[in-house]
Amino acid sequence: MARLKFLCDADRCIECNACVTACKNENEVPWGINRRRVVTINDGKPGERSISMACMHCTDAPCAAVCPVSCFYGTADGLVLHDKDLCIGCGYCFYACPFGAPQYPRVGNFGGRGKMDKCTYCAGGPQADNSAVEYAQYGANRLAEGKLPLCAEMCSTKALLAGDGEIIAAIYKERVQRRGYGSGAWGWRTAYKEGLAV
Amino acid sequence: MMRRILPLALLLLAAPAAQAQQNAQEPAAGAPAVQAIAPEVGAGRGGTGGGQQPVTTEPQAPTGSPTPEASQTTPPQPPTPVTPIPTPAPFTDRGQSDAAELELRRALRGGMIEGAVTIPNQTAAVLIQPEGRDWRVFRNSTLGWTGAIAVLGMLAALALFYLLKGTTQIESGRSGRSILRYGGLERANHWMVATSFVLLGLSGLNLSYGRYLLRPLIGAEAFTSLTFWGQAVHQYLSFPFTIGLAVMLAVWLRENLPTRTDLAWLRAGGPMARGHPPAGKFNAGQKLLFWFVIGGGALVAASGYLLMFPFTLTDIAGQQWAHMAHGIMAMLMLAAILAHIYIGTLGTEGAFEGMSSGRVDYHYAKEHHRLWVEQEMAKAQEVVAPPARARSAGAD
Repeated sequence: MARLKFLCDADRCIECNACVTACKNENEVPWGINRRRVVTINDGKPGERSISMACMHCTDAPCAAVCPVSCFYGTADGLVLHDKDLCIGCGYCFYACPFGAPQYPRVGNFGGRGKMDKCTYCAGGPQADNSAVEYAQYGANRLAEGKLPLCAEMCSTKALLAGDGEIIAAIYKERVQRRGYGSGAWGWRTAYKEGLAV
Repeated sequence: MMRRILPLALLLLAAPAAQAQQNAQEPAAGAPAVQAIAPEVGAGRGGTGGGQQPVTTEPQAPTGSPTPEASQTTPPQPPTPVTPIPTPAPFTDRGQSDAAELELRRALRGGMIEGAVTIPNQTAAVLIQPEGRDWRVFRNSTLGWTGAIAVLGMLAALALFYLLKGTTQIESGRSGRSILRYGGLERANHWMVATSFVLLGLSGLNLSYGRYLLRPLIGAEAFTSLTFWGQAVHQYLSFPFTIGLAVMLAVWLRENLPTRTDLAWLRAGGPMARGHPPAGKFNAGQKLLFWFVIGGGALVAASGYLLMFPFTLTDIAGQQWAHMAHGIMAMLMLAAILAHIYIGTLGTEGAFEGMSSGRVDYHYAKEHHRLWVEQEMAKAQEVVAPPARARSAGAD
């Protein structure tokens, strides 16, 4: 089985936020929730870079490790998904997540945050594939249709790559060798405990 | 408009002038005309000075009738050989290190990689926060072990203490007379804090240990409902708990101020002492517990409210610290209150009545809180038989 990953080529990302919009539209993400976001570091300074970030579907995922109700599960493709029917919205996964991926609709009493929502790699949830229930809870299940996440598929500069980790790493390495520079795979060391040596 | 036109006009004027200058120079130099028309490619432009000229044999096709065959047979040739010009590092790449290296450095230093976002949620500007890993270790390992050792250790110690010492009896037996120890407000407040503490403790323990102990027993769905309601209980009961602590502080502050008697009580061995060292309404052990509960309770309440209203006052690091302080302090308080429950019920004969009916046996009070009883007796004496100077005027 493939090990699905995301890779953002920061030297190509132009901060157009199309991935964010694509994600929101494809998954009907509620207002105020960003499964994917574009962070610009060194904004306006030399060395400025934009990185599109969402759930990285970590190896040995911290969110799953700290969840008090164990609502996370892994798929054969290496994705980290969760069951919203089991989630209690405690917010622990956000404290543990290195990438700030878990999102919460602000509903309920006090800081009660409702069921956590995060990037599903366009792979839905534990419900039946492409059912109405699954769509309402988790958004599109493109993976079941043989498609990759929409954010990466419609990235205008092909900065955001999604797919089997080895293949996207090879694509990135080839790019770096051709153009002679590259700032590396953002988040890979933290998420997959491996850098991307070019 | 003028700005654009002006350079253009200057160019037009300059072009014929330059041509005229070249024409004037030609006969004077006396050099072959070819050289002047096709100057050698300089070494600085990548040419090697071999004298090869760029091939410009492309046939000039008349407009409107392209001849694709002709252009295919003789594609434009670059001057050969060419020394490759290395691509300069882009502006963005200068002085920047690799992402993986940056991540590692930040992780080792415990810093986060932060940037700017264009969405309203500004907490999303944190790209990578390596501290999440430390917090995970705290939650899954440190807190779990600390709590288990503190709570189970305390239970074991109390069991051992009970086996060795048993219940501390009222040495002179029950007198049959009682003395008021805690008034209505004191008792009501105590039980408000006590019930909320127990429920807060149980729902808190469920968050830490439930997934290991309860979830396999009752199933995922039932455990989620239980934990969800437990969370609601935990949040709502924080209010009576906090208010109760404030009332406790107000009601019992004066009697819990440290005195010299407390030093003597502790020096005598405290709870291990033979006999009963003299004590006021509260002995030094009770005073320590009082201040531990007030201080710890304040910390737990403050950190708890930070967690209840996440990211209102703190950032992600602040939330993690709040959770850590909350968890550790709560576990220690659980252990301390277990000891308090033991001493107040099983450990001491006649102690529990004080908090249930409000009145304790006179002998119990005299043994455990001699100075307080003496004080109370003196006060009662004043009411029953007031000293001569307090007699109302005109009575005789």
